[in-house]
Amino acid sequence: MATSPNIIVVGGGLAGLAAVIKIAEMGGHVDLFSIVPVKRSHSVCAQGGINAAKNLKGEGDSTWQHFDDTVYGGDFLANQPPVKAMCDAAPGIIDLLDRMGVPFNRTPEGLLDFRRFGGTLYNRTAFAGATTGQQLLYALDEQVRRYESEGKVTKYEHWEFLSAVLDGNRACRGICAMDLRSMEVRTFPADAIIIATGGIGAIFGKSTNSVVCTGSAQSALYQQGCYYANGEFIQVHPTSIPGEDKLRLMSESARGEGGRVWVPKASGDTRDPKSIPESERWYFLEEWYPKYGNLVPRDVATRAIFKVVYEHNLGIDGKPMVYLDLTHVDRKILDRKLEGILEIYEKFVGDDPRDTPMKIFPGMHYTMGGMWVDFKQATNVPGIFAAGECEYQYHGANRLGANSLVSCIFGGFIAGPAAVQYARGTSAAATNGHFDTERKHQEENNAMLMKSEGDENPFRLWQELGELMTKNCTVIRYNKNLQETDGKLVEFLERFRRINLSDRTQWANTSVVFARQLYNMLQLSRVIAQGAAMRDESRGAHYKPDFPERDDKNFLKTTKASFAPDADEPKFEFEPVDVSLIPPRPRKY
Amino acid sequence: MADSKSVLFKIRRQGSPHTSPHWEEFSLAWHPGMNVISSLMEIARNPVTRDGKPTTPITYDANCLEEVCGSCAMLINGTARMACSALIDKLEQPVRLEPLSKFPIVRDLAVDRSVLFENLKRAKAWVPIDGTYDLGSGPRMTMEEQEAAYPLSRCISCCCCMEVCPQFNEDTGFVGAATISQVRLFNTHPTGSALKRERLAALMGDGGIQECGYAQNCVEICPKDIPLTRSISEVGGAVMKQAIGDLFRK
Repeated sequence: MATSPNIIVVGGGLAGLAAVIKIAEMGGHVDLFSIVPVKRSHSVCAQGGINAAKNLKGEGDSTWQHFDDTVYGGDFLANQPPVKAMCDAAPGIIDLLDRMGVPFNRTPEGLLDFRRFGGTLYNRTAFAGATTGQQLLYALDEQVRRYESEGKVTKYEHWEFLSAVLDGNRACRGICAMDLRSMEVRTFPADAIIIATGGIGAIFGKSTNSVVCTGSAQSALYQQGCYYANGEFIQVHPTSIPGEDKLRLMSESARGEGGRVWVPKASGDTRDPKSIPESERWYFLEEWYPKYGNLVPRDVATRAIFKVVYEHNLGIDGKPMVYLDLTHVDRKILDRKLEGILEIYEKFVGDDPRDTPMKIFPGMHYTMGGMWVDFKQATNVPGIFAAGECEYQYHGANRLGANSLVSCIFGGFIAGPAAVQYARGTSAAATNGHFDTERKHQEENNAMLMKSEGDENPFRLWQELGELMTKNCTVIRYNKNLQETDGKLVEFLERFRRINLSDRTQWANTSVVFARQLYNMLQLSRVIAQGAAMRDESRGAHYKPDFPERDDKNFLKTTKASFAPDADEPKFEFEPVDVSLIPPRPRKY
Repeated sequence: MADSKSVLFKIRRQGSPHTSPHWEEFSLAWHPGMNVISSLMEIARNPVTRDGKPTTPITYDANCLEEVCGSCAMLINGTARMACSALIDKLEQPVRLEPLSKFPIVRDLAVDRSVLFENLKRAKAWVPIDGTYDLGSGPRMTMEEQEAAYPLSRCISCCCCMEVCPQFNEDTGFVGAATISQVRLFNTHPTGSALKRERLAALMGDGGIQECGYAQNCVEICPKDIPLTRSISEVGGAVMKQAIGDLFRK
C-alpha cells in the first residue's frame, strides 16, 4: 500500500492539470506527461467562457436550471447524476479560478460579469475576454509550476504516451512512453494513471482542434481493453473559419454578444454585404427559432446552416459560407469582450469583423464520446482513470457551449482524488516482467515502421482519412455511406501496412510519431463509423435523415465499444442511461 | 525564379544539435490562404526538394495554429514570428525559414525554449492560494484593474521578445521581457502581491532586470502587443526601490 502514491497523469490541459493539483494537494506525487509543454495544450483554444449558475444578473438562474439545460441540450443521453454534480460544483470552481487570478471580465461593481451562450436563456457564462480557455489553463499551469518547484510534480514534456503497462490480472501498473527528441521508449511505474488527452479532431483531417488532438492515446487504450463510449457523437461547431491548415474556431460568444447569422435572400447576390438592405437579408436562425434565435445549441445551428447552404442554395457567392455579423455592435464592447477572436479573424482572413460581416461555416469541433468511465472517472481497467474531452460522461448527444471547460476541471477534480484513493488501496504488483514486455513490444512497433518499404506516405493517407470521415461521419449520416466508410477504413488499415517513412533517423523524427498516431486514428475511426451505423435514430449531433426522430425505446442507451483483438475490429454493447432525475422529454428549441 | 503559380521556400535544415546546418529549397503550387504551417504540412505530404531530391519532412513545433499556444515561433525572412499567422501572400519570396537563433536547436526549425519556464519558476509566477477547497469568491477587482491585468496575462510564451533582445545571450544570462512582465502581473494581483518581495529579489543581480539595455525590440516584436517596456520600467523601479530599502535595513 502506498501512503504517498505516485500517479501518472497523461495530458496537461485543463483536466490533466486539475487532477495534478488535487493529487499534489493530497500529498501524492505526479509524473506529468505531455506531447507539448503543458502551457501549450489545446485548452488554450477555448474562447467564449465557462458556465456556472452564479445567478449574478438577477435572473433567478440556479444550478438545477444549468443541469436541466445541459441534459436537455444533450438530448438525454448523459447519465444524470454526474451532470448534476458538475453543475452543482460549477459556481465553486469559478470562485477558485477567480482566487487563482484568472482575469475574468468584471461588472462596474467589480463582480464577475456573465454573458449568454447557446442552449440557455440565462447569462451564465463567465469569461476572460475571448480567450477564456487560455486564461484558465494559465492559472492551473501556474499552480502546477508551484508544485513542480516544491518537488511534488515531475514534468515529462515532449513525451508521448504509447500504451499502458498491464499486469497479469489486466490491472494498470504504469505506462510506456516515447521521448519525442531522443526517440527513447521507456516504461514508468505508477500506482494509478489518469488519461486527460483531449479531443480527436485529427481524425477529421481539418478541425478546430490543435495538432496534438489525434485521440491516439484513447485509441491505444481502447485496443488494450478500455471501453470507448458514444463514439458516434461528434460536435460540428456552426461557426468556424475555413483554412488551409485548420478550421479556426469563431466562438459562440460572438453570438452571445449579439452576433447575427444571415445570408442574402437572393441566390447569387454578389453585393458587398454592408450594402444589402435589412429587407433582403435572411436571418434564418431568428426566423426558425424565435425563442433562442442565434443561440440555439450547436447541432441545431449547424444543421440549419447546412440546410440554407445545400438545400436553399443560398451560400455566399455560391460557396459553403454564411455571414456572422457583429458590425451593429458597439466597437468598444467588441474590443472589451471579444478582442481575442476578432484578432484571429483579422489576422487569418484579413478583414476587420468590426467593419464587415465574417464569413463562416461549420467545422468539426468536439467529441462528446470518449473513454467509458464510471461516476468516479474510473475506466473499466483497474488503475486507469480518465477526465476531460477524452472521456464521454457529461455532454450526452450534444455539448452546450462553455460547458467543456467546467467539465474538464470538474472531471480532473474527481479523477485526481479517486486515483489517490485507488492507489492507497492497491497492493504492489507480483512481478515487474510486464514492463520489459511492453517496452519491447513498442520498440518493435517503431522498428517495423522504420523498416517498412512500402509506397504509402502517412501524411497523404491521413488527408484521405480526414476527407472520408468529414464527408460521412459528421453532420448528416446515411447508413449506406457509413458502411462504405467502414469498408474504406479497413482498406486504409491495409494500406497502412505498406507505409513508407521518408525519415528514418533516430532524433526528433516526427514521421514515425505521426505514423503511430495515424494507426490509432484508423482504429478509432471504425468505432465512430460503426457506432453511427448502428444507431438508427436522430439524437443531438447524430442526425440520420432516414431516421429523423429520437427513439428512446430502442436507443436511450450508451454505446460501448470494445476492441476484439482477434477480429481486429470493434464489438458493441449498449448500457441503459441513468435518467433518474429528469424524465426525458422531446427536445424542441 | 518562381512564377506566379508557385511559392519558393528556403529552409534551414539541421538533423540534430551535433550536425551542421544546410539549406534546402522547396517549390509549392500556390493556392489561396496558404500560410507557413500549411506549407510545411504540404512538404510532409511530398518531401521532395525543388530540384527533385527526396528528403525528410521538416521538424517544427506547432499546435493550436491560432496564435494562442505559442509553439510555432521561428525566423521567417529573418523576423521572429509565429508561423501559423504568417500568410504566404504577405511574404517576400523565397520565404526563408530558420529556427530561433538564441535557443538550443533540437532539429530543423524546432528549438528548446524551456529556459522561459525555468525563469517563471524562479520568479514565482503564480498566485499563492491556500488550497483548492471552497473558500468563497476571489478579491473584488474593478473593470480598470481587470483591463490592466488581462493584456499581461495573454503572454503565449513564444519567446520572440527574448530572441530579438540584444541583451538576451549567454554572457548576460538576462531573464528577458516575458518573465519581467509576468512579475508585474502577479505583483499587481491583490493575492499575488504576497510574494512581491521574493519576485523582485529574483530579478536583482546578474541576469536580472538591470541587464535590460532599453533597445525596445521586445515590445515591437510581441505578437500579442503586450506593453513589455512599460512592464520593464515599472518592475525596474520597484526592484530599485526594494534594493535601496534592503541597503538601509542591513
